[in-house]
Amino acid sequence: MPWLKKLVGVALILGVAGAAAGWLLSAPVKLDAATLAQLGPGDAARGKRIFYAGGCSSCHAKPGAQGDARLQLVGGLELKTPFGTFVPPNISQDPKDGIGAWSVADLANAMLKGVSPTGEHFYPAFPYGSYARMKPSDVADLYAFLKTLPAVSGKAPDNSLAFPFNIRRGIGLWKRLYLSDQPVIPLPDGTPEPVMAGRYLVEGPGHCGECHTPRDFAGGTRKGQWLAGAVAAEGGGVVPNITSGEGGIGNWSASDIANYLETGFTPDFDSAGGAMVDVQRNMAELTADDRAAIAAYLKAIPPHPNGYPARKKSTK
Amino acid sequence: MKKLVIAISMLALAASAAFADPIRDRQALMKERGKIVGGLSKVAKDEEPFDAAAVLTQLQALQANAEKFDIDALFPKGSESGDTTAAPKIWEDMAGFKAVEDKYLADVKAAVAAAPADADALKTQVGAIGSDCGTCHQGYRIKKG
Ligand code: HEC
Ligand code: HEC
Ligand code: HEC
Repeated sequence: MPWLKKLVGVALILGVAGAAAGWLLSAPVKLDAATLAQLGPGDAARGKRIFYAGGCSSCHAKPGAQGDARLQLVGGLELKTPFGTFVPPNISQDPKDGIGAWSVADLANAMLKGVSPTGEHFYPAFPYGSYARMKPSDVADLYAFLKTLPAVSGKAPDNSLAFPFNIRRGIGLWKRLYLSDQPVIPLPDGTPEPVMAGRYLVEGPGHCGECHTPRDFAGGTRKGQWLAGAVAAEGGGVVPNITSGEGGIGNWSASDIANYLETGFTPDFDSAGGAMVDVQRNMAELTADDRAAIAAYLKAIPPHPNGYPARKKSTK
Repeated sequence: MKKLVIAISMLALAASAAFADPIRDRQALMKERGKIVGGLSKVAKDEEPFDAAAVLTQLQALQANAEKFDIDALFPKGSESGDTTAAPKIWEDMAGFKAVEDKYLADVKAAVAAAPADADALKTQVGAIGSDCGTCHQGYRIKKG
């Protein structure tokens, strides 16, 4: 059956070509020289704000650490997701176990492109899908601030992921689909300055969409349901809708939102819980203007109904 | 067979009826907690005038609320399902859960003992108390939508 042989041959060629294309398409891409040139010298005082906006300690502090111990970024938290368990590594200034030996360009490639100094892809559990929208100069400021934090030795355990998610190269395809430095919500010229500033904080360093936006089959955020709430990727339960759509927080005023970010209290004096507690404590370290900007942006974005399925009514 | 199914669902009903009350009771106590702290935080933020006697009364009410919060009675085994946002972790780590409530009660008592003389002093105390709310809700509560 010569036709069968031919078919197998074609399939083989296609397969090899596909794999080769996949290999090329999945290659890690680092920042270009023009972007690196925008990093600038960096300022630790300004970087402190970016550190809290970015919530680095929520994932990289030792689990359960309180107070100043949250500045010891030894890693070790277990993020249990459907893809497996991710463990944020030591990013303290220890030159061996942490990132004390990294250059500012190394940090910028990690945060803006998800690429390691040795040219490997990071998993998007490190929320660079959001950090990619940050200004290079803010990364340089953050770098300067991280330099002021203690060096702590000790390696965190490795990620434990099932096949095929354990193959880093495959992340290159994910990046082609989802990695972008462009804003999620287009805002017209003449949009008030606080809304613009809020967009930057929410969509970039604040990475609010990573938890509050539902994801598609490949783990990308659904931009058409931006911040509509989602089934929690980690820890169970749901993450609420923070748009003004049905089920969301349309009845919260801008100052209710800003107050929640500062104190953790909702307008009816419930107190924030779950993964939001760390986020809120970080937000409390920002200025009142920054919190007001975030609130202004949340009031300005398109409303959506809840991005997670309704729970079955309990039988009572 | 049909009978068995009915019998089982009756059992389930009976079980959820038995637990309906502790869930409602603990939620009512939490709501009251929220209301009191809400009022105090308005004073701490200078949105309402500071009146030392009224503030002390509110702090005492908060202490009474916490002293009524009998975890063994309010969180019986099996009351993690139903219309509740209590996380299963409460029953996996009952000692840890109780320790957070104990710290909360201690902070409330300390605030009563050192009755605040001005809004600034109250602000510090509300900050500590509010942080205890967050710590417990962080580990022991799950929003289910
Ligand atoms: C949601 C959790 C999360 C947050 C928030 C987070 N990270 Fe990470 N980070 C991770 C994970 C998970 C990894 C490991 C990714 C991998 O294995 O590919 C990581 C890896 C890194 C690495 C690579 C370290 C190495 O040794 O290769 C750096 C650098 C880093 N993060 C910096 C930061 C900074 C700076 C911030 C705050 C702006 C931050 N991260 C916030 C989860 C997080
Ligand atoms: C790590 C995941 C995570 C991130 C990141 C996150 N949130 Fe949340 N957020 C939550 C969870 C979980 C809740 C539910 C809290 C609770 O149970 O009380 C929540 C609740 C909220 C609420 C209250 C909604 C309600 O109905 O009670 C607001 C407002 C909010 N988040 C805003 C933000 C903003 C703004 C950001 C970015 C700066 C952000 N969140 C980032 C997980 C997250
Ligand atoms: C020791 C743990 C703990 C502490 C401390 C705590 N809470 Fe709670 N809270 C819970 C749990 C558990 C629930 C969920 C109860 C349920 O749904 O069954 C809850 C629920 C609530 C609710 C929602 C009640 C409802 O109607 O469903 C409010 C409001 C609330 N808490 C406010 C507060 C405030 C304000 C504070 C601090 C002054 C506080 N809580 C301190 C554990 C705690």
